Amino acid sequence: MQTIDMATTSLRDLNALLQAQAAKTNQTAWAIENPRGAHAVAVGLDAPIEVTVKGSTGYYCAGMNKQATVHVTGSAGPGVAENMMSGTVIIEGDASQYAGATGHGGLLVIKGNASSRCGISMKGINIVVFGNVGHMSAFMAQSGNLVVLGDAGDALGDSLYEARLFVRGSVKSLGSDCIEKEMRPEHIAILTDLLARSGADAKPEEFKRYGSARKLYNFHVDHAGAY
Amino acid sequence: MCGIVGLFLKNEALRPELGSMLTDMLITMTDRGPDSAGIAIYGDAQDGLKMTIQSDTPKVSFAGLDAALAEVLGAPVAIKVLDTHAVLSLPEGTEAAARAFLTARGLRIMGTGHSMEIFKEVGLPKDVAARFGIRDMGGSHGIGHTRMATESAVTTLGAHPFSTGDDQCLVHNGSLSNHNQMRRVLSAKGFVPQTQNDTEVAACYISSRLAEGANLGQALDGTLQDLDGFFTFVVGTRNGFGVVRDPVACKPAVMAETADYVAFGSEYRAFAKLPGIDDARIWEPEPATVYFWER
Repeated sequence: MQTIDMATTSLRDLNALLQAQAAKTNQTAWAIENPRGAHAVAVGLDAPIEVTVKGSTGYYCAGMNKQATVHVTGSAGPGVAENMMSGTVIIEGDASQYAGATGHGGLLVIKGNASSRCGISMKGINIVVFGNVGHMSAFMAQSGNLVVLGDAGDALGDSLYEARLFVRGSVKSLGSDCIEKEMRPEHIAILTDLLARSGADAKPEEFKRYGSARKLYNFHVDHAGAY
Repeated sequence: MCGIVGLFLKNEALRPELGSMLTDMLITMTDRGPDSAGIAIYGDAQDGLKMTIQSDTPKVSFAGLDAALAEVLGAPVAIKVLDTHAVLSLPEGTEAAARAFLTARGLRIMGTGHSMEIFKEVGLPKDVAARFGIRDMGGSHGIGHTRMATESAVTTLGAHPFSTGDDQCLVHNGSLSNHNQMRRVLSAKGFVPQTQNDTEVAACYISSRLAEGANLGQALDGTLQDLDGFFTFVVGTRNGFGVVRDPVACKPAVMAETADYVAFGSEYRAFAKLPGIDDARIWEPEPATVYFWER
């Protein structure tokens, strides 16, 4: 276990060190102490290492992650795991707005609540939120899965493309072109896998699925009011 | 951007630390807005009125001011000079006469009240806090702001907090889009903003609602109906502290609560040095939801 104390190591040095780890590094376990809400902690990683951030982080923690597992023991500020490509990011506390935004792949697990715009423009990432998500979550989400064990706020899935949204609790309102859809066996299989991988205590049958009505893909004058 | 901090103490024993805690919180928010900074601090309530004034030429303007004002009011006046600001202690009922006298001398009135003092200037939070000795100030609660100007010029009067009523102050992250219309509405009611700043309009709005008999929660709730634009507001009153965010809530906010205090920050970084923060309840205030504490 390598330990880096942010009270004595600069953010740039910390990130450079983590980013320099090769695919076959022997230093696979890292602990980061005293993050104290710092921005851009453990961003741009590209090696199969496990990084534990002991505390809470500011903006853009674990952004652009590839391969690495980043575990934050506190809460995360805006834009956690933004544009993640692969790997796993786990937040023990809450995540602020636009968690997992534009993510292409990997798994983001938020064990508390996520606030507004969770999974905005997601492009293949899987996001599992144990608590609630705020308004405009999965706005323009293109692919991937957003799983919410709690409730969803206003305008869930507005202008949605092909991402799948699974919500166990209530949905305050659905956004334009987002509708409830039937839960088929393949969706139960996806949920079973994601719940197991994220360690969530929930049954797939308890969820409802939401997806795109596919009426906003191309302009149609009959739908002008929905744009 | 702008950075906001706020601290409402629940544990009386922390009172002497308030200025120091708020200063540390505000300095961590410096890179959210380096244009100007300010702090409103609610210290010990006193008999009579406190009036915080400002001058760009304090040596000249404040020399003999207490004696001259005492003569006009026919009552004793005390003055505490802190850099470009001075806090005057006046007898009850002399506010209007004092305002007229001070304004005629070209002095700027930052705020009045029984416990609130306001200090704000152009510059970085660390410099502004040092100029006024904020670290040495005690009190029950306070709010601070570091500004990245958008709606009006970078001046002392354009800095936050804005005070538009006794012991009332407001700080803002965001920008209002109906402030000109609201300026006319509020001016007609007698709440006339002194600057072109949008935030002062919001402060006047809160003051007008409180004057109409609303409580702090109701006044904050009213902002959601009557003010248009982006905002996270933190408001202080003599015995209260409140927070509200607009329904879109793109301006960041995080709160922390322990048995000893309630704290607000634009970012978690602001809390890093607070005592017991690792065990605090941390949460993000919900959009279009009013939070307030009163003692």
